[in-house]
Amino acid sequence: MSDTGIGASVKRREDDRFLTGRGHYTDDISLPHQTWAYFVRSPHAHARIRSIDTAAARKAPGVVAVFTGDDLAADEIGGLPCGWQVTDKHGEPMKEPAHPPLAQGKVRYVGDHVAVVIAESAWQARDAAEMVDVDYEMLPAVVSVDDAVKSDAARVHDDLDDNVCYVWEIGEKADTDAAFDKADHVTTLDLVNNRLIPNAIEPRAALANYSAGDDAYTLYTTSQNPHVTRLLMSAFVLNLPEHKVRVVSPDVGGGFGSKIFHYAEEAVLTWATRKVGRPVKWTADRAESFLCDAHGRDHVTRAELAMDKDGTFLGMRVRTRANMGAYLSTFAPSICSILYGTLLAGQYATPAIHCEVTAVFSNTAPVDAYRGAGRPEATYVVERLVSEAARELGMDQAEIRRRNFIPKDAFPYDTPVGLSYDTGDYEATLDAAMRQAQVDGFEKRRQEALSRGRYRGLGYSTYIEACGLAPSAMAGQLGARAGLYEAGEIRFHPTGSVTVFTGSHSHGQGHETTFAQVVSERLGIPIENVEVVHGDTDRIPFGMGTYGSRSIAVGGSALMKALDKVIEKGRKIAAHQLEAAVEDIEYDDGVYRVSGTDKQLTMPEVAFSAYVPHNYPLETLEPGLDESAFYDPTNFTYPAGSHICEVEVDPETGRVQVVNFVAVDDFGNVINPMIVEGQVHGGLAQGIGQALLENCQYDPESGQLVTGSYMDYTMPRADDLPTFEVDTRCTPCTSNPLGVKGCGEAGAIGAPPAVINAILDALAPLGVSRLDMPATPARVWHAIRTASSGKAA
Amino acid sequence: MHAFEYHRPEKSADAVSALKKAEDGRFLAGGQSLLPSMKQRLSAPSDLVSLSRVNELRGIKVDGKAVTIGSMTRHAEVADSADVARAIPALAELASNIGDRQVRNLGTIGGSIANDDPSADYPAAVLALNATVVTDRRRIAADDFFVDMFETALEPEELVTAVEFPVPDQAAYAKFEQPASRFALVGVMVARSGSEVRVAVTGAAPSVFRVPEMEKALAKEFKASAIEGINISPDEMMADMHGDADYRAHLVGVMARRAVDAAANR
Repeated sequence: MSDTGIGASVKRREDDRFLTGRGHYTDDISLPHQTWAYFVRSPHAHARIRSIDTAAARKAPGVVAVFTGDDLAADEIGGLPCGWQVTDKHGEPMKEPAHPPLAQGKVRYVGDHVAVVIAESAWQARDAAEMVDVDYEMLPAVVSVDDAVKSDAARVHDDLDDNVCYVWEIGEKADTDAAFDKADHVTTLDLVNNRLIPNAIEPRAALANYSAGDDAYTLYTTSQNPHVTRLLMSAFVLNLPEHKVRVVSPDVGGGFGSKIFHYAEEAVLTWATRKVGRPVKWTADRAESFLCDAHGRDHVTRAELAMDKDGTFLGMRVRTRANMGAYLSTFAPSICSILYGTLLAGQYATPAIHCEVTAVFSNTAPVDAYRGAGRPEATYVVERLVSEAARELGMDQAEIRRRNFIPKDAFPYDTPVGLSYDTGDYEATLDAAMRQAQVDGFEKRRQEALSRGRYRGLGYSTYIEACGLAPSAMAGQLGARAGLYEAGEIRFHPTGSVTVFTGSHSHGQGHETTFAQVVSERLGIPIENVEVVHGDTDRIPFGMGTYGSRSIAVGGSALMKALDKVIEKGRKIAAHQLEAAVEDIEYDDGVYRVSGTDKQLTMPEVAFSAYVPHNYPLETLEPGLDESAFYDPTNFTYPAGSHICEVEVDPETGRVQVVNFVAVDDFGNVINPMIVEGQVHGGLAQGIGQALLENCQYDPESGQLVTGSYMDYTMPRADDLPTFEVDTRCTPCTSNPLGVKGCGEAGAIGAPPAVINAILDALAPLGVSRLDMPATPARVWHAIRTASSGKAA
Repeated sequence: MHAFEYHRPEKSADAVSALKKAEDGRFLAGGQSLLPSMKQRLSAPSDLVSLSRVNELRGIKVDGKAVTIGSMTRHAEVADSADVARAIPALAELASNIGDRQVRNLGTIGGSIANDDPSADYPAAVLALNATVVTDRRRIAADDFFVDMFETALEPEELVTAVEFPVPDQAAYAKFEQPASRFALVGVMVARSGSEVRVAVTGAAPSVFRVPEMEKALAKEFKASAIEGINISPDEMMADMHGDADYRAHLVGVMARRAVDAAANR
């Protein structure tokens, strides 16, 4: 291994500009004569719009234009499309209500887009927005999934019979019911997966420019996948030819899923720039981010696990209500179905599983993918159930898991919920995690804590995730309206340096480093000679972007395919120059050799002759060394790991302190261990944040967002977190050329149940058995008080 | 933020007269509450009279019996003051844990007590330490200063110039933070001066308040066990998503005992 190749902890090449303030974000871009947009947003969760009076705003200082939904309708602008159509349990398509970029007739959540004011400055636009007079007729709001399904619930969409988007199922119901019939023990849990607000450090922003000279549009935007935004916006919303629309997503300060989606602001700005004949810019303030970025999670679930008397799993039954919010965001319907129900086997050989999901509309912001997207929700169900089952049966937490793990010689393993796991060694991973967590010494630590009046607990989470959603054909059958491949291009320059164009997008992941490591190692050229380009639809091949921990597994594999093409073409060039048969040319580490001789050419020498083809087989080979590839995976990848959390609870205040957190993850081959560790750290912080701190709350009556700022929405901070103990193990993935599995979401998936299981373990002596996330001090204190008053009675 | 007139006088008398002339003006001290509320357009004063250049309002003076802190003294200055740490270590410690580093570098003691946020830390210190609030026209006893949520005894255009803290024999502040804002969900300051004990609670109720029952018990015996059985009624407590009234009432007892422990062990 070289010190910059695959497996080396190369320092992130992008960090120099990020850490010294020289990054180039959307808000850093300004164009001559640009105007600013400010969106008038609904102050109500649910209301009919009687009228909108924009006259005063139009006359306000600096105002260029004010537009409402009527103006968009007059230009026949379409609604925001949904990228995934789920088919319900009866074979019917999900309900798909219209999603106008600016409200038509009704507003359906606090923050819904009502009008846009465009002015010479951001402040003038905002001042004028206060003068837009909207006459609302207030309607009752529905916020929670349980309220949304009630027969007398307010209807979010008047053209639907109720608030149900779909009822979807997976697994064999009859087999599962039969398993429960013969069970010796059934564990039942009611669970809430708390709603989260993404909170990327960079708020969303966009800048749209119409160039009349060439009748073309450019949209700079904070997107994880600029080509998807271009496709959805031009084909479905604005009816523009794709070749006349360029979408650029420059440096982006975090996404976590929330920047996958095509948002109303992007479409409205791109439409408005032509209307006003000037560039239009918008940058969300933090309050807008809270209100209008797609939220995450928000499930209510009843889950049951059937076992024999030895604790062997016989069947699992899961009923979930999932909140879609007011409208279907781009990939929302797939998150709580395809990416959730399929994960319920976890690491276990449960023979029968049935899951039914009811997706509902409510008067809240749209809910869509957020770090993990469906898989954290599934893992939380499975791992809470397994730990609760162990407690009920009096079994050891590790033992119940070992007893039910899919054995390492059973791969490839087909689950009863539609996935085929390629590789894994769950027991070895658990062993490693238990050693690192010093499980052996835990009882001693528990006693020591008790002597200080603190309750200690140990919680396990042995999770699986599915990354690199694929193949496209299967996804299409499941309702995807897009492909799930990735594209890459390797372009050699005559003097031996390389530009890599990738359809993946980096917004914190460090692709400029890891992708360069792969390319430099494969081509045998210094990493300094490799530039990675992403995020501009005019420069990169049509790519699907970055989400679902897919970039190295899918994007990296596309690059591997393109590299193979480069190397094969180089082999022909080398054979010609070295006067040998192509079959006799060996390639290794950037050097072509005639087998068994010392005759050789380096990759840069070959590249040079490809561009200066003086001694070149022009009659059979084109000049140039520039190859692209599209890669469509044959399967998901299946990262898996064992997380062990140790907590200490102050019973007087209910405060939980995470004193140790061990994460041992099998990500297959690892390109850059340092970056992987960083990804795991970030994921764990978010997972612990969900478990202990973060909770998006709407007022159940008014539908107002109560946690609309950092004064009430609790982000995890450094002092909320322990020093993580992170390690990796490796069973290489068999379905991609790099043997990689992906690591971006693992922490956020594995951590929440580990934390809650640890708290419940700590408080078991006090009789606490029910606790929902986030386990805030007040909630934990109440749980202790309720349990102890129950015991007293 | 709406447009406003900005004044930056160098004398407190000029500051007061500038505010008197303003239509709907406000003093601007550290701006850690006022400016965010203006940015959110919840507050739109016609004039801001900045006190940042009024040097006579800054500084810490310690004599044997009292610590006097100018109203424009930043939290960080109190936290870092060796004199304060020697005279009333609990006060320096309280200041060192207000908000975050940025807030402490700008926020001021005068701004904090004049704003009288029900969850602010300083009101607990002012009340428990039996401080005197000095203004441009009078001296106000701590017991008379805090009236209700965001409401003090200050008259319109009255300017806090300093706060005088008598040096106690023993004192400590125990704060349980609201997880998101890290304001006090419940903060309890306990101070003993001779045979008198004062217990002041912030965060729990609409305004900072004393707990006479605890004070009496602690006057007899300055030990945490002395207030073990004293329960606070949840009736007057605030309730929000971070803690209902029962929880806050319970925390008053817990934090009071922890403060007494800390003070007794100092």
